[in-house]
Amino acid sequence: MINSEQLTHYVFAVRTAILANEADIECLDRDIGDGDHYINMKRGCEAIAGLGETLTKLPLVDALNSIGMKLLSTIGGASGPLFASFFIGMSKTLKVNAPDSAMHIAAAFDAGVQAIMQRGKAQAGEKTMLDVLIPVAEQFNSLAAQGKSTQEIAVILKQVASEGLESTRSMLATKGRASGLGERVIGHLDAGAKSCQVMIHAVCDQVLNDPSNQPSP
Amino acid sequence: MKKFLNHVDHMLTESLSGFAAAHHDLVELQLEPTFIARKHKAQNKVALISGGGSGHEPLHAGYVGKGMLDAACPGQVFTSPTPDQMLAAAEAVHAGQGVLFIVKNYAGDVMNFEMAAEMLPFAHATVLTADDCAVVNSTYTTGRRGVAGTVIVEKCVGSLAESGADLASCKALGDKINQRTSSIGVALTSCTVPAAGRPTFDISDSEIEMGVGIHGEPGRRREPIRDADAIIADMVAAIVHDFAAKQLPTQGNILLLVNGLGATPLMELYLIYNTAAKLLTAQGFQITRSLVGNYTTAIDMAGASLTVCLLDDEIQQHWDSPVHTVGLRWGC
Repeated sequence: MINSEQLTHYVFAVRTAILANEADIECLDRDIGDGDHYINMKRGCEAIAGLGETLTKLPLVDALNSIGMKLLSTIGGASGPLFASFFIGMSKTLKVNAPDSAMHIAAAFDAGVQAIMQRGKAQAGEKTMLDVLIPVAEQFNSLAAQGKSTQEIAVILKQVASEGLESTRSMLATKGRASGLGERVIGHLDAGAKSCQVMIHAVCDQVLNDPSNQPSP
Repeated sequence: MKKFLNHVDHMLTESLSGFAAAHHDLVELQLEPTFIARKHKAQNKVALISGGGSGHEPLHAGYVGKGMLDAACPGQVFTSPTPDQMLAAAEAVHAGQGVLFIVKNYAGDVMNFEMAAEMLPFAHATVLTADDCAVVNSTYTTGRRGVAGTVIVEKCVGSLAESGADLASCKALGDKINQRTSSIGVALTSCTVPAAGRPTFDISDSEIEMGVGIHGEPGRRREPIRDADAIIADMVAAIVHDFAAKQLPTQGNILLLVNGLGATPLMELYLIYNTAAKLLTAQGFQITRSLVGNYTTAIDMAGASLTVCLLDDEIQQHWDSPVHTVGLRWGC
């Protein structure tokens, strides 16, 4: 279903998408954060891009773990431990279940999201990246269990990610740096949720464009 | 953005290299991973390590030395350092009595220090500073931010560690000082993170941000600028209210720290001290110790914070003990 070479393509697609969304992400973080989120995301993306070819030569679980460890020692801030926990969590789960079905990949994604929740002691509804990631993980599990095609899953998950991002607009922040601002955050989208929406869209678009995922004629 | 800058990616390393070169008698710089450690490693004491985003100088590297920290881990500007920095710093300065991390309560700092602590092969404990009373605390939020009160924790716990106290005692003193300390900041202008290249927030000439954090993150409210006395009266009132909320006495001996956020001159900081001291004295406090200057900055933000620490004999004794660091020096 997925190998290290595809993972590397996803990583490069994520980097391109984050760089393309600089203005949006930075603007959101300036409104209710402290202005370092985009810089940190960019630094993380560049560090992973720097791993480049070495990732493709590793088994998938080791490639995911390497990404996690690299992010942990590169990003700093809240994003570093959170995204590192995501990749390390995915790696651990795929070590148990080989990535030979959409269900196993969905389970690994879910484990990654659970690792973020544990590290950040956060849940849905707190105006964070989890308001994108949790519904995406839930839908991914459910769509995979229903036997939906990779293409169908990618299309729906893009939609779920966008809805999750939009849901942060009306929320109070109770985690992260925006949590000190009380009602002043209402009406603003969360920058971390925006980054995650951008990344999920990038990966899903890559999946939709990948000829190996096209239904056979 | 107008700054002394060669390339934004090299700014931190160039600044740290200058710091280490200028103060080579006190500190040593390690790169990859980056930390600042005491030049003369202390023996047989609890190792005190702090750290956080850069841009708050002299916090924390400026407090490495005799009577304060054993090492400091600087992150990127306004971004917490990474666990590998803390692990390397701990390896370098551990002296057999365990490691105490002093961490400002920000999600990123907390998580990175937490991951380092999980990997640390030594006995360890953490003091979390959370003195910023601008942030309303509740069990559902990340909680109050750690700001300039951190300097008082680092100074006094550093003194206790120097005397050979054990890890649990050092943590207990740090927690006690944190509980007895409240701060609030006000911004007149935004700061500019070099990598972002433009001000973090927009604020007009006629407005101030009351309760601003040390990264320029918004505070309690935006309001029109008034006479300094009126602004300071609100800040003092916020601290007194916080003392009452924490069930601390609103009288007794205190340490008053008037801290510049980076771009406010000493002339204005002393003006603030003048008013704050009168108001706090009228409230029933006796200011027996004081400190005025740039101790926990926010790069180039114009603004200031007030910090009040309710002293007792133990805290005052550790505040007075000899210290020799770049940022604080007395008694030796």
